[in-house]
Amino acid sequence: MDRVSFHVGRGEIVGLLGPNGAGKTTTINMILGVLAPDAGAIRIDGVDLAAHRSRALECTNFAAVYAPLPGNLTVYQNLRIFGGIYDVPDLAARIAATLEEFDLARFRNVRCGALSSGEQTRVSLAKALLNNPRLLLLDEPTASLDPAAARDIRAGIRAVTTRDGRGVLWTSHNMYEAEAVCDRVLFLSHGKILLDGHPKALLREHGMATLEDLFIAVAREPLTLEGRDS
Amino acid sequence: MIRTRRMGAIALRYFYLLRGSPARIVPLFAWVGIDIVLWGFISRYLNSVSAAGFNFIPALLGAVLLWDFLIRIMQGVTMAFFEDVWSRNFLNIFATPLSIWEYLGGLVISSIATSAVGLLVMLLLAGGIFGLSFLAYGIALVEFLLTLFLFGIALGVFASAIVLRLGPAAEWFIWPIPALLSPFAGVFYPVATLPAWMRVVSGALPASYVFEGVRRIVAGGTVSGAALAWAAALAALDLVLACWYFARIYRHAVRTGLIARYSAESLS
Repeated sequence: MDRVSFHVGRGEIVGLLGPNGAGKTTTINMILGVLAPDAGAIRIDGVDLAAHRSRALECTNFAAVYAPLPGNLTVYQNLRIFGGIYDVPDLAARIAATLEEFDLARFRNVRCGALSSGEQTRVSLAKALLNNPRLLLLDEPTASLDPAAARDIRAGIRAVTTRDGRGVLWTSHNMYEAEAVCDRVLFLSHGKILLDGHPKALLREHGMATLEDLFIAVAREPLTLEGRDS
Repeated sequence: MIRTRRMGAIALRYFYLLRGSPARIVPLFAWVGIDIVLWGFISRYLNSVSAAGFNFIPALLGAVLLWDFLIRIMQGVTMAFFEDVWSRNFLNIFATPLSIWEYLGGLVISSIATSAVGLLVMLLLAGGIFGLSFLAYGIALVEFLLTLFLFGIALGVFASAIVLRLGPAAEWFIWPIPALLSPFAGVFYPVATLPAWMRVVSGALPASYVFEGVRRIVAGGTVSGAALAWAAALAALDLVLACWYFARIYRHAVRTGLIARYSAESLS
C-alpha cells in the first residue's frame, strides 16, 4: 500500500473497488488489526488502532467471503461465541433479532458447515452486525449469493446503515452493486487510490457510461489515470 | 483491561465442540485410562517379584498419573488452539477486540476443564483398582499439581506459538514434545541415573523436581520446601517465557500478514 488515506463517514457506504491484487483485502486486514501498516495511522471512531487495539475494534465488525464461521458449530453457537467476544449486551435478545433479520431462525441449530454458501454468507453478515458496529467492513459480501438474495442483502445493509448511522467499507467486483449501494467509491490499483468520488460524478468526470467501463479503464491503464488525477 | 467474558467465549467455543463430538470427548479419558490400567498392572507385577517389599504403586503408578496430568494440561491448551487452526478461524478470532491474553486465558480455562476430566478418571481408576492414594504424598501433592499445571500450560502456549509461526503442518512437531521431555523429567527413574549433560537439562525442567519429590516421599523421606518452591518458580518462569514467545510470534504474524493468510500453509 502506498500513501492510502481515506475516511468513511457515519451513515456512508464507501465502495473499495479495484482489480485483483489492488490492495482491497490488504486495506481491510489493516483496519481489522490483523496486518500492521509500515507507517501511518488508522483511527476508528477517533480511537487509534495501534495504540488501543481492543477499544478500536469493539466498534467494528466484518464479513468476508473467505472467512466463513467455523462449520463445526451451529449458527446459534457461533453467534453466542462472537457475541461474547464482542461483549454484546442482552445477547440472547440480540441473537434472536439478528436471526430474524437475516431469515436464519430456522437454521438456528444447524451447523454452519451444513448450510449452503449463500446461507453461510448470511450467517457471516449476522455475526458482522451482532455488535451494532460503527464501522462495518464487508469484503465481497454478496459474492456467493444469487441475484435475488444479493439484492435483499444490499437493501438490508443500506437500511441499517441509514437507520443506525454506521459507516460501511464495501469491496466488490460487481460494479452494478457498487453503483447501486455506494455513496462514494474509491478505485484502488497497485496499492494506490486512483479515484475517489460519488459513482455518478466519477462517470461524468471521466466520460464513461458505466462504472464497469471505468473499472476496466483503471485496471488496464492505472498509470494514465494516476497521471491525469495527480 | 482483560475481560473475563471474552475468555469465557473462547472456553464456551470448546465446550460446544466437546458437547457435540464423541470423537473429542473419548480421548479426554481413554488414553489416560489405558495408561493407568497398563502401569497399574506393571506396578502390581513388580511388587510381586521384588524382594525388598518396595511398593511400586505410589512410586510408578503415581508418577505415571502425574505425568499424564501434565500431558493433559498441555494438550488441553494445544487442542483448543488447534480447533482454530483446523476450522481456519484465525481471521474471525483475531479481527475482534479479543486480546492475546484473553485468548490465551480462554485456552487455559478450556484446558483446566478438559484435564480435570482426565485427572478424575485417573484418580478413580488408580484408587479403585490399584489402591493408589494421593494422600500418601501429603501436602506436597498440592505443590506437585501446581508445578505440573503451570509447566503444562507453559508447554501448551509454547507449542501453540510454534504452530502459529510455522503453520498447520507444524502440528506434528507438537505431539511428540512430552515424549521428548520424559527421559529428562525422570518420570520412571531418579535423575541421578542420567549422564551429566542430561542432568543439566533435567535441572531446567520443573517436572523433574516433582518426580524426584515423589520418589523421596515414597522412600519415606521428606521433600525440601525450597526444592518445591524452586520448581514452582521455574514453572512460573517458563509460563511467562512461553506467553512472551506467543506474544512475539503474534506480533510477527500481524506485521507480516501471516494471520490473514494463515490457511495458505505456505508460511515462511
